[in-house]
Amino acid sequence: MTRKLSPPKRKNPIKRTRLPTMPPGNRSREAHGLTAMAASGRFALQTCEECEAVQYPPRQICSNCLSDALEWRDVSDGGTLLAETTLLHSNDLFFRDRLPWRLGIVVADVGPSIVVHLAEDCVQGERVRMSLDIDRAGHAIVTARTEKPSTNEEDDLQLREMKFNPKDRRVLIVDGKTELGLGLAKAFADAGARKIFVGEAQPWRVSPHLEEIRKMENVNIMPLDVTDSDSVEELAAMIGDKVEIMVNNSYHLRSGGLIDRFDLNVAHDEMEIHYHGLIRLAGEFGPVMRARGSDGHHGSVAWLNVFSAYAWVNNPALGTYSASQAAALSLSHCLRAELAEGGVRVVNAFIGPIEDEWNQLAPPPKLVPEATATRIVGALKKGIEDIPIGAVAEEIIQRMVENPKEIERAIKS
Amino acid sequence: MRRHNYEGVAVCVPVTVPYSRYSLKSAHWFCGRALADLISKAGIEKNEVDGFCVSSFTLNPDSAVGLTQHLGVSPRWLDHIPMGGAAGGVALRRAARAVQSGDAEIVACMGADTNHVDTFRQTIATFSQFANDAVYPYGSGGPNSSFAFLTDYYMREYGATREDFGKICIAQRENALDVPHAMMKRPLNMEQYLNARIIAEPLRLFDCVMPCAGAEAFLVMSIERAKSLDLDYATILSTIERHNAFPEDPVQIRAGWAVDADDFYEHAGIGPEDIDVFQAYDDYPIICFMQIEDLGFCAKGEAAAFIADRNLTTQGDFPYNTSGGQLSAGQAGAGGGYLGIVETLRQLTDQTLGKAVPNAVHGLASCFGMINYDRGLCTSAAILKRSAA
Repeated sequence: MTRKLSPPKRKNPIKRTRLPTMPPGNRSREAHGLTAMAASGRFALQTCEECEAVQYPPRQICSNCLSDALEWRDVSDGGTLLAETTLLHSNDLFFRDRLPWRLGIVVADVGPSIVVHLAEDCVQGERVRMSLDIDRAGHAIVTARTEKPSTNEEDDLQLREMKFNPKDRRVLIVDGKTELGLGLAKAFADAGARKIFVGEAQPWRVSPHLEEIRKMENVNIMPLDVTDSDSVEELAAMIGDKVEIMVNNSYHLRSGGLIDRFDLNVAHDEMEIHYHGLIRLAGEFGPVMRARGSDGHHGSVAWLNVFSAYAWVNNPALGTYSASQAAALSLSHCLRAELAEGGVRVVNAFIGPIEDEWNQLAPPPKLVPEATATRIVGALKKGIEDIPIGAVAEEIIQRMVENPKEIERAIKS
Repeated sequence: MRRHNYEGVAVCVPVTVPYSRYSLKSAHWFCGRALADLISKAGIEKNEVDGFCVSSFTLNPDSAVGLTQHLGVSPRWLDHIPMGGAAGGVALRRAARAVQSGDAEIVACMGADTNHVDTFRQTIATFSQFANDAVYPYGSGGPNSSFAFLTDYYMREYGATREDFGKICIAQRENALDVPHAMMKRPLNMEQYLNARIIAEPLRLFDCVMPCAGAEAFLVMSIERAKSLDLDYATILSTIERHNAFPEDPVQIRAGWAVDADDFYEHAGIGPEDIDVFQAYDDYPIICFMQIEDLGFCAKGEAAAFIADRNLTTQGDFPYNTSGGQLSAGQAGAGGGYLGIVETLRQLTDQTLGKAVPNAVHGLASCFGMINYDRGLCTSAAILKRSAA
């Protein structure tokens, strides 16, 4: 049975931090189809539209009927473990640092034999459950676990390298004054975070949510104003080397577009908080997080941005707000590429309108902040990269994929 | 249609460019030295060789084409065979047909590779699209992890033990002791074998080949030409090759030989019981078991019992991998795919580097290569016969 994960010991300040290395990242274009499936939390394999044969590894031609009509289709994640090995030698630095490393060949119920990273509790000849995860290099890999979840499954040290589990990690939630901020603090506490730092801007403004956070255990409330470079720098100097999961939940929503509400100050504030704020956080916290990507079993793992789904397409009712979200989303892709060098993942959650004072005029369905936070943290644990939360966000993303011109014209109604 | 025989074709001049663990020389150097050795032993000029079969992992960015300019030759028949461990048997049968048809008169077949300090890692890190996408990112064990799977599966399926595999490795080591260029020449006993350090469960150190630099080569020409040059030669009774056999098997437990063995022996006109010396491809002992079974020496799953009461050394009743094979001599890249043919030829033309098998007339060399994803795709084999003269 998988051993329970022990909380990290106090770090020896003299010992050199393990430098980040990446598992091999050389993948074909076809294989990145798997990455897309993994990023959205699906277990999908290429399936031939003509003969239904399921293919693996990814390719461009059906190995059964030679058709080129292969589509990614959700398939059963079940299989049987046929052969296994435990490596005590590897040719790659990333794995050398982490030996022993357990692997298996699973024959999938849908046909192909699949080489997998293998959970400790899997037994040869028995049923397993596969998933598409994303490794430290940012690419899809297949892992197999016991068919029924086993005790302490999440503590499997090898598989923890490919997950972004908050358990025993330290989290910084940028804005503690929103209801979503409170929900996130609770959700991370429930997920076993060792310490939760919560940012507080404008200390003269009292927030009931922050007051509630203050009552929680293992929480430190810290001054943090993302519009103030000195404030971000000071906090990073204080706790930068302790943040293993960054949660950028900066939120400043004011309704209005361009002609109907011509107000540069509002637009400026939105950009200052969402866009420049992300730049400041990335510049101050990014370097140390990237350097600590391989710092033991509890090193830094993820940078989570909570964006509006209107980052994908401008909602004219929230015109400048949407634009600031789009700017931040674009920036997050830059951050993703740069943090990838340390094996730190950038995860973006996209939420629809939330049930709060600033969304009074938004039609339902609206999201309940607490449930939203739980779903965000759940998806983070599963290793999903782009997390749409709620029907509105899901629909926007789907419509953008299907026909962006349609949603551009229809969204104002 | 009945397959044509290999009448009139001679295989001769076994050449080995001595192995070294690492080398600063290029693959071109190993090919060049092999060719120089071939023509000097055959007593011919460079340009009398009008056909080439070349196999190498480390000629990059060149292929056999670039090699012609490098070595200053103008062949009228050229083949590059990128089939790794299976290349030797395939080169032999293509060269034989070229000579038989008159498309070439003398074909030089060579498997040659260098091994710089980081060569092996680079080779396996970019081995194939499927391996890049779906194997190498899984622990980066290279062939060790692939063969660990096959070994694990076979052991559970047929109850073979590590002692059974050890018998193969120990016998091969004994055969290697007299071979000057063998990488490993200290005797190996069962205790050392069983207690060696673990590489990839259930494989331990002595189950795994050691990559090295070196070359293996031979010439194919007409029997008349070989006689006129006064060369000892062997003839070809049959050859086979097969690629991606049994794709429906979830884990590889048999390979292409099992498809072609009946045709192979029928074509040769002899059976497995007539084989006097057997060279099996041996990067890991599991694959030797599969060859013993798939080539009909015993039934599937019975290789362990088959070797249990046989002596596998040169002086034994089942002479096998008589130069120590790759497990003791080292794996000179694609040279490993030619080793079996070259050693069989040595035994049948009395040019052995180590001990000779007494009265060997029929030799079988079998080749295996290219773990493209989860299994080796290419198999080939040839039966050679000592010339009557």
